[in-house]
Amino acid sequence: MSDYVLTVENLRVELDPSGADIDDEVTLAIHQGEVLGLVGESASGKTTAATALLDHERRGARIGGGKVVIDGKNVLSLKPGELRHLRGGVISYVPQDPSMSLNPALRIRTQLMEILEAHGFGSSQRERQDRLREMMAEVLLPGDDRFLRRYPHQLSGGQQQRVALAMAFACRPALIVLDEPTTGLDVTTQAHVLETVRSLTSTYGVAALYVTHDLAVVANLADRIAVMYAGRLVEVGPRDALFEHACHPYTRKLLEAIPDLAGEHALRGIPGRAPVPGRRPRGCFFAARCDDAQPECLIEFPPYDGPGQDHRVRCWRWREVQARPMFADLPLRITAGPSCAAEGDAVVTVRDAKVYYGTKEVLHGVDTNVCPRRCIALVGESGSGKTTLARAIAGIHPGKIEGEILFRGKPLARDARARSKEHRQQLQYIFQSPYGSLNPRKTIGQILAVPLDTFFNLSRSEMDDRMVDALELVALDGTLLNKYPDQLSGGERQRVAIARALAAKPSVLICDEVTSSLDVSVQATIIELLAKLIEEVGVGMIFVTHHLPLVRSIAQEVAVMSEGRIVEKGLVDAVLDDPQADYTKRLLADTPTI
Amino acid sequence: MSATPQITQELIPSADELLPEPQAGGGRRRREWTDLLLGSWRFGRTKVGVIIVAAIVVLAIIGPWIAPHSPYVFVGPPYSAPSAHALLGTDYIGHDVLSRVLCGGRTVIGLSVVATALAMVLGVALGLIAGYSRPAVDDVIMRLLDVLLAFPSIVFVLLLVALLGHSLVLIVVAVAVTHAPRIARVARGATLEIVGRDFVHASEALGVPRRKILLGEILPNITSPLLVEFGLRLTYSIGLIAALSFLGFGLQPPSADWGLMIQENRVAIVVQPWAVAVPVILIALLTIGTNLATDGVSRALIGIDRDTGAK
Amino acid sequence: MPPLLKLILRRLGLGVLTLFLVSLVVFGATQALPGDPAKAILGKQSADKAMYQALRRQLNLDRPVYVQYESWLKGVVTGHMGTSLASGTTVTSLIGQKVANSFALVLLAALISIPISLLIGSLSALWRDSVFDLTASVGSLALAALPEFVIAMLLILLFATAVTHVLPAVSRIPPGSTPWAQWDMLILPVLTLVLAVAPYISRILRASMIEVLESDYVQMARLKGMPERTVLQRHALPNAIIPAIQVSALQLAWLAGGVVVVEYVFNYPGIGSAFIDAVNNRDLPVVQAIALLIAAVYVCANLLADILTILVSPRLRTGLR
Repeated sequence: MSDYVLTVENLRVELDPSGADIDDEVTLAIHQGEVLGLVGESASGKTTAATALLDHERRGARIGGGKVVIDGKNVLSLKPGELRHLRGGVISYVPQDPSMSLNPALRIRTQLMEILEAHGFGSSQRERQDRLREMMAEVLLPGDDRFLRRYPHQLSGGQQQRVALAMAFACRPALIVLDEPTTGLDVTTQAHVLETVRSLTSTYGVAALYVTHDLAVVANLADRIAVMYAGRLVEVGPRDALFEHACHPYTRKLLEAIPDLAGEHALRGIPGRAPVPGRRPRGCFFAARCDDAQPECLIEFPPYDGPGQDHRVRCWRWREVQARPMFADLPLRITAGPSCAAEGDAVVTVRDAKVYYGTKEVLHGVDTNVCPRRCIALVGESGSGKTTLARAIAGIHPGKIEGEILFRGKPLARDARARSKEHRQQLQYIFQSPYGSLNPRKTIGQILAVPLDTFFNLSRSEMDDRMVDALELVALDGTLLNKYPDQLSGGERQRVAIARALAAKPSVLICDEVTSSLDVSVQATIIELLAKLIEEVGVGMIFVTHHLPLVRSIAQEVAVMSEGRIVEKGLVDAVLDDPQADYTKRLLADTPTI
Repeated sequence: MSATPQITQELIPSADELLPEPQAGGGRRRREWTDLLLGSWRFGRTKVGVIIVAAIVVLAIIGPWIAPHSPYVFVGPPYSAPSAHALLGTDYIGHDVLSRVLCGGRTVIGLSVVATALAMVLGVALGLIAGYSRPAVDDVIMRLLDVLLAFPSIVFVLLLVALLGHSLVLIVVAVAVTHAPRIARVARGATLEIVGRDFVHASEALGVPRRKILLGEILPNITSPLLVEFGLRLTYSIGLIAALSFLGFGLQPPSADWGLMIQENRVAIVVQPWAVAVPVILIALLTIGTNLATDGVSRALIGIDRDTGAK
Repeated sequence: MPPLLKLILRRLGLGVLTLFLVSLVVFGATQALPGDPAKAILGKQSADKAMYQALRRQLNLDRPVYVQYESWLKGVVTGHMGTSLASGTTVTSLIGQKVANSFALVLLAALISIPISLLIGSLSALWRDSVFDLTASVGSLALAALPEFVIAMLLILLFATAVTHVLPAVSRIPPGSTPWAQWDMLILPVLTLVLAVAPYISRILRASMIEVLESDYVQMARLKGMPERTVLQRHALPNAIIPAIQVSALQLAWLAGGVVVVEYVFNYPGIGSAFIDAVNNRDLPVVQAIALLIAAVYVCANLLADILTILVSPRLRTGLR
């Protein structure tokens, strides 16, 4: 195919002022009308590379070299006037967070019209107004004056993102760069936005570069996919080729780490972390975490090679990798046993719980159980009440609670502070953000000491032993005890949070979206760890998540929640293979899968 | 907090990631504010500020010992020009200006430091409590503090002086009381930001008593903005206390005090400018020095916040 | 009731409440504290029983505290602030003209300093890290550190004495005449106030402008291909106005306090120097009146800032928190 709309040659973006590379040797081409998915985990440099296509530099970064050619011109060497004409007119950008990118002081009409005016679309104001109405219809938003007079804060997240899409497609550009545009949106809205993107690109023949960390999202949208690791492209190829015969070990491992809804294989994560700018080794960056690494991999970063002009890989051993069947040596997932039937078994019982925020009732009569050695997943979109329920059980909900919450048959006090020591000890809560749940001013040792001090009377040496034991349970080394949280990676911090919970020797662990802030590969390692803990330590677990595919990888039972109610509950296989409730069906349909 | 995915790891690495890994076992206990102070030293302005302040403080402390004459002795006719006998000339009554300058700094500096320290204790305590209490309690405390904030510092101090007369103790307490609400605001703001973080919830869930949480979890995390606030308050305290002396409400004659000297000698400023100019310049340099140093610390703090992605 | 009106009324109510509490503090600090005001005022002469009792009666000290407060407050609200102990005239007639004089000073200082510092602050933000920015930054840092009387003395040293005998060191406005008649008496005091207050404004504005210029929505406007001028005028400016308003109001408040020392240094016949005289003379009614006035200016300035902010931000205007 020679009808490229954009080519990138050896793009390099570096840190300013240190000069360490964020991205380098990025070479790719986008054909007319195609959607190219740019996939990478955090710190892979994908967003920086994407915005470089518009010659945009974030504060602290600068473009160090390379060419970006569109319409015969190199974007990176355009004069300011030409660049202004290009941005929004030939290449446009859809940002990640529309609530920050829409100007809070201007009505959306102003923000939409100004693109048309600045790029001289149409020859009269009348034509531009027609186009405005057309744009709104394309993104399924009302086009009447009342709606257009609104300010951004008067729109929902999904509506804001559609406005951003409308702005991007306004002048019918040749290429659109979308930067994780569905982050922060719930699954259903995300599905709508993706559908809109799909129809717009196909209707107008607009090419798109879709940047994302979520392969599943781009699986149904992209024609080709480019995988980025530590600032380098490691594989670029057609969608099907990638999913069925990936040639790079990282791509394969990434696919293995993605929770799949069908749930045929267990999750496997990638231990370790990607090298950050300034600390990248000489040879292949992935070698340290790669099962296929050989001595030659440590000496030199492999050049672009691959099965075809369309499918490029940077790996010395790509042929062997490609030949292997996908998900080859992954164990099959162990399907669940009988449900936590008899309430006599249950460690935590919730009966007809009504929970309030102030005077507003947000949970309307919820029942559930938690059994030892089992995990029940609470699934729902934001606002469904799943976190509220988890916090009510843990005793950290600030409002009124009615109904019964029992631990081994005895009622639990509403507020954790009012609970007996035993109750506080037995129920442990793990928070979502690894960046917020550890005190940055304390060492790991001091953090682990808090539960030990609170619940046990130990000598100094006994405390040290317990701390090392707790760290061992989460596969961390005792040398971490003297480190501070900001010296650890996100995955390591989350492990410390789990170790802190385990140090109290609980019988129930409540995990509240504990992997949602982590990269896919790291998430998988944490899931592996949690599953192991359920087996070996025998805790009962409540796993709260909005991400339906995760459920199969960790839980035996699932409760689907919506608007403060449990709409469906049962064994994971039963609910996901044969959903009864409409909401569950819709949720399953809207969840992107590979 | 919405429960939707957010990859929060910053692309631009934290400053730590570009440094070599610290030693694994037995690492030194790293306190936040020492990091901050060391980090602020990078800035030229911090160095300049600290040097200026140090020089003046040293001068004020050893001044009385190196003064050529006693500040209370008459060494010549009033307002005489500089001579070998009196290097800066004499003041309105015949004292040696140089000696009085050398002896006149201790009070200002000493009182300012004490007043600022007292203000910090009061303000931080109030701010912590307001930030970590129920909204109702927080509101009441802040409304009351708002009332105090309506008075410019000097008006409030003089209001008290009008009734109770001027004593140095009163001045120190009054200055402390007028600074405390402003410090409390800063402390409260910083506390509120910390209180929302999950590690505080984690300790609450464990049942750790509130006092322990305030002192053990929250306070260590707000020392940096408080350090900056201390620097600012010190600068203003020096200015306020010098002004009070200038107005005649501080030290009384014949004591040697920079503020008092300026007032005593300004009538004849055309004739003998040194008696006014030197103390004015010293006070100016001192306050500029503390402000420069504080600004350096403040910049270091912003840099640290950006690096650790404190969002 | 539209949420906007409700919000504004709420702010007004809070302002009134604050003023009420302020009056309590003023009253408490001068009359309700332990210590006998009459004795303090008379000093040695308090041995004279007759004089002592007369003063006590004059200050209402023989009635219970809350009655004293009530009658004082009534007086304040109706404009009768009592009688000056030092001069014997009513407080209002004593300070009436002085209020006008101080108002002129503050007004001039505000009119000069607000535009200059807004400009310097914005340019510093726009030309960040340039020579201009660094100079302005260090300069404002130094000026902001100096107490007002030091600035005043430095100006006097510079202009009125050794360096150039240009401007009068002390304002001698004959009683009865207005400041405008002797405008050169105004120059140094106004200049002092401007130098004292401008650095704060420009620093705060610089920080706010930088925040706006680095915001996601300004970057987005550039990525949409908007010309730079449009970006600044249409996107940046409306968001930068809010901090500019708040900071300008704060400045009025600072000026209200700044006049005290500055007027004293230049012997300017305003409420600031009157306040210091009154404190020296223990003239409690005058002290109370002026302190209350200054604090009231502060409260009203903040109230104005709050209300203007509400009117200018779409988020607050449409009733969202």
